[in-house]
Amino acid sequence: MAIAAPALPAAPAAHRANLTSSTFVIAKRGALKFLRTPQLIVVGTLQGAMFLLIFRYVFGGAISSGALSYVNFLVPGFVTSSVLFGGMGSASAVAEDLQAGFIDRLRSLPIPRSSVLTGRVVADMAMLVWSLIITSAIGFAVGFRLHGSVPAALGAFALCVAFGFAFDWLFIALGMISGTPQAAQGIGFMVFPFTFISSAYVPVSSMPGWLQSFAANQPVTMMVNSVRALTQGQAAVATLGHPAGYFVVRSLLWAAAMVVAFAPLAVARYRRG
Amino acid sequence: MTPSIEALGLTKRFGKTLALDGLDLVAEAGQVLAVLGPNGAGKTTFIRAVATLVQPDGGELRVAGHDVRREPGVVRSLIGLAGQYAAVEPTMTGRENLEMIARLFGQSRRDAKANAVRVLAQFGLSEAADRLVRTYSGGMRRKLDLGASLVGEPRILLLDEPTTGLDPRARIELWDAIRELVDHGTDVVLTTQYLDEADHLASQIVIIDHGRAIAAGTPTELKQRAGHSVVEVHVREPEDIPRVASALAELGDGEPQIDEATRRVSMTVPAGTAQLIGDLPSLAAVGPALEDIAVRHPKLDEVFLALTGQSLEQPAGAAKRRGREPAPVA
Ligand SMILES: Nc1ncnc2c1ncn2[C@@H]1O[C@H](COP(=O)(O)OP(=O)(O)OP(=O)(O)O)[C@@H](O)[C@H]1O
Ligand SMILES: [Mg+2]
Repeated sequence: MAIAAPALPAAPAAHRANLTSSTFVIAKRGALKFLRTPQLIVVGTLQGAMFLLIFRYVFGGAISSGALSYVNFLVPGFVTSSVLFGGMGSASAVAEDLQAGFIDRLRSLPIPRSSVLTGRVVADMAMLVWSLIITSAIGFAVGFRLHGSVPAALGAFALCVAFGFAFDWLFIALGMISGTPQAAQGIGFMVFPFTFISSAYVPVSSMPGWLQSFAANQPVTMMVNSVRALTQGQAAVATLGHPAGYFVVRSLLWAAAMVVAFAPLAVARYRRG
Repeated sequence: MTPSIEALGLTKRFGKTLALDGLDLVAEAGQVLAVLGPNGAGKTTFIRAVATLVQPDGGELRVAGHDVRREPGVVRSLIGLAGQYAAVEPTMTGRENLEMIARLFGQSRRDAKANAVRVLAQFGLSEAADRLVRTYSGGMRRKLDLGASLVGEPRILLLDEPTTGLDPRARIELWDAIRELVDHGTDVVLTTQYLDEADHLASQIVIIDHGRAIAAGTPTELKQRAGHSVVEVHVREPEDIPRVASALAELGDGEPQIDEATRRVSMTVPAGTAQLIGDLPSLAAVGPALEDIAVRHPKLDEVFLALTGQSLEQPAGAAKRRGREPAPVA
């Protein structure tokens, strides 16, 4: 091995990576990691598709969804909960980076420290958009149709990205706190009660009363109903009992609350090392 | 010249554990400092404090004169860190890993590419440059990790147990690489559990135990502090060991070390070689049973034993604590 590395003075401040460029470099790594783990993509997509098919064709017939056809009721729930299931992956990815010393390496570099987290979020958002496109396409393939305006549907898509952003902070904080990827995954299973005890797959009104008060007000229900109201127009409003604005405002409040609660937690945990 | 690292009464507590307990240590510029200590001594905690990854609870810590707490940004631009476990991205190629770190050091795309090529060549990884790191061997990952700590051209390189887990050949290759870096002016602070490693690489050694420096000096100074010489006797028959041991015990204050397997008895003695010659006749009684007799400088494990009363080679159950077997000591 021939070494010829003269020691140089420290990089002058002006030459240090700034927030944008370091965020981009770190995000690129996150995205590459995802793209080069095809098992993850294929298995994730297949699992989601199977889920949808089972609800659409097996349970669907037994679930009455008011003025909406069940497929039009289900697909917004399916797409929205895919945001949460995707987030589980980022919790364990963060825990893994922490455990493997990757975050330590990044924290020892002369970059703005926040770029480690912003890079993560940017990569997660890119993957989220990708997976939203796939899940929506599967939804259309099994018979989902829009009954509202196209701008409203695009708004629903954007809203899903906003939910993803809010949940990402929750999952990043979880990943930071849990210590090991396995533990992160374990805690991540709280996604199941949250998605199932919501209006994602069945109308809340079919649940027992004590469960309804939770199910009707929790963030996932607000988010799913927003997407329904924006994509299904009048039929959704009739079934859900409120116009789109009602759900959109509430779900955005939920999303904002989650960011306010979990982003500082993730940042604090990250700073502490 | 400003020391590259200065620690004064450094403390760090994790819950009930005092990982650093008033650590004093100076790494002079232009030298390799080895921080030697058994498992749990506080080596990693010290390196992480220098790398601004943990906040010390008390004491002072300066890197090239910059306080780690007040100027962490400056410190980060001066150091390159290769942590105890190779932190390279398995789903990226060797080249991509290095370019990523170089970019994060603020280098332009072109400089990052050029530096990555240079570092890959330095560590003999040019051929594997475009393979995903998940196909690399442990030794290759270690080298890439070391390369990643260099690609930003740091002034001070922090290496936490750089050769742990490497086979003897890869270890020696890495030693050569570190020595060449030092020849070209990079200051290196490395931690190790291996005496031969500290002896080979370092001009200064600090031995730490329970978060505290228990001895410091050049390898030669440390050997002298623990006694001038070691008399080592190799006997033909195991039955002769006790007799030889009691004869050797008279030469110094401590206990002779007995290695049954190789039929060797050794004794650290305070006297220099000249006086020893006068003492050796006490071995005459066992003369015919001797295979070989040697007077040499103590090895670092003997130094450690003399200074701490604890053997460095078998820290009680320590190697297992982290579920990791240390590499064989050459
Ligand atoms: N994050 C942490 N939380 C709790 N305890 C810790 C933490 N980091 C280190 N310790 C404890 O501090 C002590 C010193 O640990 P450190 O990792 O610095 O030792 P070391 O000399 O690097 O050991 P090794 O040779 O095993 O790497 C140990 O008792 C360890 O258990
Ligand atoms: Mg360690």
